[in-house]
Amino acid sequence: MSTRKTLFDKIWESHVVAENDDGTSLLYIDMHLTHEVTSWPGFESMRNNDRPVRRPDAVLAVPDHVIPTTNRGERIEDDQARVQFETLVKNCADFNVPLIPLMDERQGIVHIIGPEQGATQPGITLVCGDSHTATHGAFGCLAFGIGSSEVEHVLSTQTLVQKRPKNMRVSVDGDLPLGVTGKDMILAIIGAIGTAGGTGHVIEYVGSAIRALSMEGRMTVCNMTIEGGARAGLIAADETTFAYVKGRPMAPKDGDWDAALDYWRSLPSDPGAAYDKEVSLDAEAIAPQVTWGTSPEDVAPIDGRVPDPAAAADDKQKNAIQQALDYMDLKANQPIADIKIDRAFIGSCTNGRIEDMRAAAEVAKGRTLAAGVSAMVVPGSGLVKAQAEAEGLDKILVAAGFEWRDPGCSMCIAMNGDMLQPGERCASTSNRNFRGRQGRDGRTHLVSPAMAVAAAIEGHFVDVRELAS
Amino acid sequence: MKKFTTLSGPAAPLPMINVDTDQIIPKQYLSAITRAGLGKGLFHDFRYDMEDKEKPDFVLNREPYRNAKILIAGDNFACGSSREHAPWSLDDFGIRCVIAPGFADIFFNNCTKNGLLLIVLEEAKVNELMALADNPQACEMAVDLEAQTITLADGATVTFEIEASRKHRLLNGLDDIEITLQKGAEIGAFEAKQKAALPWLYR
Ligand code: SF4
Repeated sequence: MSTRKTLFDKIWESHVVAENDDGTSLLYIDMHLTHEVTSWPGFESMRNNDRPVRRPDAVLAVPDHVIPTTNRGERIEDDQARVQFETLVKNCADFNVPLIPLMDERQGIVHIIGPEQGATQPGITLVCGDSHTATHGAFGCLAFGIGSSEVEHVLSTQTLVQKRPKNMRVSVDGDLPLGVTGKDMILAIIGAIGTAGGTGHVIEYVGSAIRALSMEGRMTVCNMTIEGGARAGLIAADETTFAYVKGRPMAPKDGDWDAALDYWRSLPSDPGAAYDKEVSLDAEAIAPQVTWGTSPEDVAPIDGRVPDPAAAADDKQKNAIQQALDYMDLKANQPIADIKIDRAFIGSCTNGRIEDMRAAAEVAKGRTLAAGVSAMVVPGSGLVKAQAEAEGLDKILVAAGFEWRDPGCSMCIAMNGDMLQPGERCASTSNRNFRGRQGRDGRTHLVSPAMAVAAAIEGHFVDVRELAS
Repeated sequence: MKKFTTLSGPAAPLPMINVDTDQIIPKQYLSAITRAGLGKGLFHDFRYDMEDKEKPDFVLNREPYRNAKILIAGDNFACGSSREHAPWSLDDFGIRCVIAPGFADIFFNNCTKNGLLLIVLEEAKVNELMALADNPQACEMAVDLEAQTITLADGATVTFEIEASRKHRLLNGLDDIEITLQKGAEIGAFEAKQKAALPWLYR
């Protein structure tokens, strides 16, 4: 067997506590992030079974999914949401688990605050009861989403029983054209591999276009790995990563920092390491992307058209396209740029970071929303919000007609009251265009922040690079 | 955990690919802190109109599929969100076995933890079962996990593969946490070694 190992192999092998006879491994988990929606069953069961949390110091909790993005500090009106939020607070207090409170400036979407606090570090294993845990792989750590039963397993034992996934490599080389972002890149990748393309694999992203991305861009790419079917995405840590992590509250300090750096530098995949599956894309060929259907793989470049079911390869595809067009109220062969929108949403763990706020403000500057369009910007965390305000981005966005909200998941999942009305069409920077995701019978088109703002200003999708100045 | 041994009853066809967990159980069922009653929300937007009235066309609103025990689905079933509400709602409805060409990974693990059997078959085989399920007279199926067989209404059987570990866990209703807690010493030894090498991970 080859001794050349991938980044994934190295992290996996250094975290195996025991190999089970049945081919599964008992894998040690270094960091466990958690939120209100998926943690209560675990705590409830542990209370019933009188089990403690094995390592409260390796857990970090934050409320994000159900909390309102306005009138922060007032009682949460929705009874179920309030009880779920309060249950998280009580569980964390009872089990000694560190919690970032709702009114704390560090509060935000769990996948934004992990990196911000330095909880996300190269080489570790990180889990959260949330599929977008894949985000954290941008730091070269093995991070994947788990269900509620697995949340309880980690709280009780700090381990998980897992079958070893396979290695997949996605290479993106060349320079992304100006105005094309990490979001466009990952949408193009999903378009190429399909939503089941990564099932059973961990995807490592490599290539010069990946290296050139900022940490924010890398997080956007890894975030949507789950939309390509893989539970985890990985980008090897480099100087960009180290610079981001250094000095964060939970990052290694002083002498530990140098030891950590030595360790982290030993982790990238060995040259010549083998992968089970490989895909490559040319960055220069990627244009701004817009989804037209109800699955993230239903994607087209801005100068493209909605597909024609009649041209589908088989009946299954034909039906799937027709069902999506019916739901989205689109016509076969309609140019993407002709699709008019009612709403825009800028935020989520995909695009709620400072770079996204800057990109949105840059396009919005000196412009105003098209008549009939409403739009909201929801920063991913209190720290992102504060930074954006310090840079005056909120003023630019508000002057253009955008609402500037408090941090949370908001209209990405529409659990907190921020939602589309039936039939409304939205340009959204989030990650899922599933039916009803942003509100029943709502229609979601996934795009980058710059593209969402451009669409909100023109009233229909438009290539942000051609927006008249 | 509930055991899975045998299961028989109507199989309902759901001929769509990429059915995501938002479709299986939508967000409004996620803010409760109970699993009870989730069966009512299963496939909510397919099943009910805007006034919350049943849509008569949807398969689970028709006889005999109201009592479906098995679901035959398209490829990449249950992609998307990690919500364990997806297996909980299937289970609460009475469906404890799903047959498809492929499943999303997180859902796959979640089902095993809740005593639901997922069966992966080749697409052509799934299409055959889908056609049978579509016929109310032929939709009865019986799954036997020990024997790894699906017996169809006409008595024919289809065999399926399953990893030994998953089969063993399902047949015996094993609780992973109990098993892992018995490995406390090994976990402790791992922690001691890791703490010496990477002390900053221990706060
Ligand atoms: S922002 Fe959306 S995708 Fe991200 S954690 Fe929240 S609900 Fe999930």
